Formats: sequence, structure tokens, C-alpha cells
Amino acid sequence: MIRKYFFQLIFLYLFFSKEVFAAESGGMPQLDPEFWVSQIFWLTLVFGTLYIVLSKLILPKISANLELRKSQIQENIEAADKQRKDSELKLKEYDDIILKSKLESKNLFNEAREKTLKNINIKRDTLEKQIDEEIKKAETEIDQLRKGAPEKINRIAIETSSEILKNLIGTEINNSSISAIVNDLYKKNGGKYYGN
Amino acid sequence: MAANPMTQFEVYRIGPEIKIGAFDISFTNASLFMVVSSLAILVIFNLGAKKNSMLPGKIQLLAELSYTFISKMISDTAGSKAKPYFAFIFSLFMFVLFCNMFGMIPYTFTVTSHIIVTFVLAAFIFIGVTIIGFIKHGFGYLKLFVPSGVPIVLLPLIVVIEIISYLSRPISLSVRLFANMMAGHTMMKVFGGFVISLGIVGGWLPLTFSVALTGLEILVAFLQAYVFAILTCIYLNDALNLHH
Repeated sequence: MIRKYFFQLIFLYLFFSKEVFAAESGGMPQLDPEFWVSQIFWLTLVFGTLYIVLSKLILPKISANLELRKSQIQENIEAADKQRKDSELKLKEYDDIILKSKLESKNLFNEAREKTLKNINIKRDTLEKQIDEEIKKAETEIDQLRKGAPEKINRIAIETSSEILKNLIGTEINNSSISAIVNDLYKKNGGKYYGN
Repeated sequence: MAANPMTQFEVYRIGPEIKIGAFDISFTNASLFMVVSSLAILVIFNLGAKKNSMLPGKIQLLAELSYTFISKMISDTAGSKAKPYFAFIFSLFMFVLFCNMFGMIPYTFTVTSHIIVTFVLAAFIFIGVTIIGFIKHGFGYLKLFVPSGVPIVLLPLIVVIEIISYLSRPISLSVRLFANMMAGHTMMKVFGGFVISLGIVGGWLPLTFSVALTGLEILVAFLQAYVFAILTCIYLNDALNLHH
């Protein structure tokens, strides 16, 4: 499209300005071989120089710069990587230490708890033993008391009844006969009052 | 001011006439702009290569970006075997690019708008690539003209076509660059002429076109340099890595 317009425009331009045809005697200057040799010569000279200077002096420098930067960046990346690994290792160590200390503290706590529990048990056992002993003692005492109680009561009954009889009759009555009666009564009804 | 859009392509002598034998090798405006372009390339890239800092400056960045750009272009199209030809393709690309770009400055001369210049470059590439091909592959390089997987009946025709297409490479390469540059500059000149001839009343439209065309032509200047370089890489690829 652009090409088409371009040729149309050139045509119109040339059509409207007639004097152009007069000026344009040789057509395209590019096809005029007058300076071809000169152009070839200078192109070879200039381009050759450009190529030699670029390839021998400038491009190696740019390449070296690029390589240097690349290697430097690589080095930096490696250093950063190493440091990251180091820090990760440190972090792991730290975690390990924390875990270990946690376990230790747990162990210590458990040990302490067991110890105290043991102590408490021992103390409780001894206390219980003591209490048992005391209870046994008290029970034997009570038993003894209980065993002694009917006799005492009988005796009191004999004494009181003798006293009462003495006061009632005014004469002294043989204790043995009273005691016989009391014992007789006790044997008959004793189970009812003492429960043994 | 010249009214003819073609006068901008005229070559004239600067300084005395220099002759070697029958040949006139006088310094001309074309030579001047070759020298100017080359000097600009050398100055820019020398500055870019001079000091090396971890964080490159503007010129250093420019030089290094161009370096990696062309190096990537070569390795993409011609593979790692083309590494020894990096400097040549770099110089070629930069030379064509700078000649094109200098041509975009008003009242300058566009070196690449001359068929003889582009043809010499293209012919040099063609001959060089052919020599490289024959050195690398011996007569096996002729297999380039015999594509694999073609029916025997078609083979004579295909071979003829391949040979013609191979031989027309320097012509197509040179004419592409030359015609693009000439067409672009002629068109800009024509539009510039319209601005003058239509005057203050109607000149605004062609002026707008002219501005737009300048942008387009700068793009074309870069693009043609790129195409020139990449086609060289492709031809080089044919010579280095024979695929058929």
C-alpha cells in the first residue's frame, strides 16, 4: 500500500513540477558509475578499519566486562547461598538445642514429680501404719475395758445393792449371797446389755 | 534547495581529486559519512568498553546491550559455531545501522542508499559464506542445492531453483537495503516538497505526514540493519550447519 502511494506521489510530484524533468538528466544518481570505485575503495577501507578496531580492541573489552560481571554476580550468589545454608544450619542447631532442653526439662519435672510422689507415698504409708497401730492400741484398750466392764458393773451392782439393803434393813448382809444373785442375773441377761 | 527528490543521493567530491591509475578514489560525501558513522560507532563503543563498573552507566549499558543483543541473535540463528564471526556481524550491523541513522538527519547523505555500497557488502558476505561453506564441508556443500525428501522427478527443477535462489542472495540482500533506504528518503523529500509547494494553507497535511514518516523511517533504518545482519546469520548458518 505504502509503496503504491509512494509511486503515485512521485509521479504526481514530477508531473506538477515540470522543471524537475529538466534537472533530472541522469535519473538515479545511484546508477551513475562515476564514483563507484571511490565508494568501493572507501567502504573497504572504512569498514575494514571499523572491523579490525572493533574485533581487536573494543569487543574483547566489552566481552571481558560482561564475563567479569557475570562471574562476580555468580560469586555473590554463591556466597549468599553459602550464608543461607549456614544460617539454616544454625537455625537447625538452635531448634535442636531448644528441643533438647525441652526434653530435659520434661524429664526433670517428671523425676521431681516421681520423687515427691514416692516421698508422699512413703510418708503416707508410715502415717497409716502409725494410725493403724494407734487404732489397734485403742481397740485393745477398748476391748480390755469392755472385758472388764461387766465385772466392774457387777461389783458396783453388788456394792450398791448391799448398800441399799443395809439402808433398808439396817443389817449387814453377806456380800457373797448378793454377788451370787447378781452373777446369776448377769448370766441370765448379760447378753442383752453387753452384746458380746 | 533542490527540488528533485533524487538530488539528495548525488555523490560529489570533497577536496582534491585522488587517482590511482585509471581509478578515481576521491574523498566524497559518501566517504565522509562512512567515516563519520564509523567514528561514531568507535567512540560510543570505546566509551562503553572503557570503564567497568558493577552498575553500568548509560553508554556502557548501551554497548553491553548491543553486544548481548547481537550475540543472542547470532546464537539463535546460526548456533554456537558462528561465534568466530561475531565481530564481523557486529561491525556489519552497527555500520549499516549508523549509516541509516545518520541518513535520517536532514541534509546528510545516506551511505546505504547507494546500490554499490550495499552490493559490495552483500557480495562480500556471499563470497565469504560460500568460501566458508566449501572449507567446512568440501564438495558436500553442494548438497545445499539438493533438499532431502524431494521426489526424484522434481529434483532437476528443485536444484535449478535452489541454485538460482542461492545466486540471487547478494542481489536480494543488497537491493532490499538500498531500495528501502532510497524509497524512504525519496518519500520524505517528496512530502517535504509538498509542504513548500502547498504553502501555509495546505502544507500542514504533508507536514504531519512528514513527521509520521520520520518515525517510520527511523524504524525502517533499524529494521533494515537488523534484517541485513540476520540474513547474514542465516546464510552463515547454511554454510556452517548443513541441514540437507
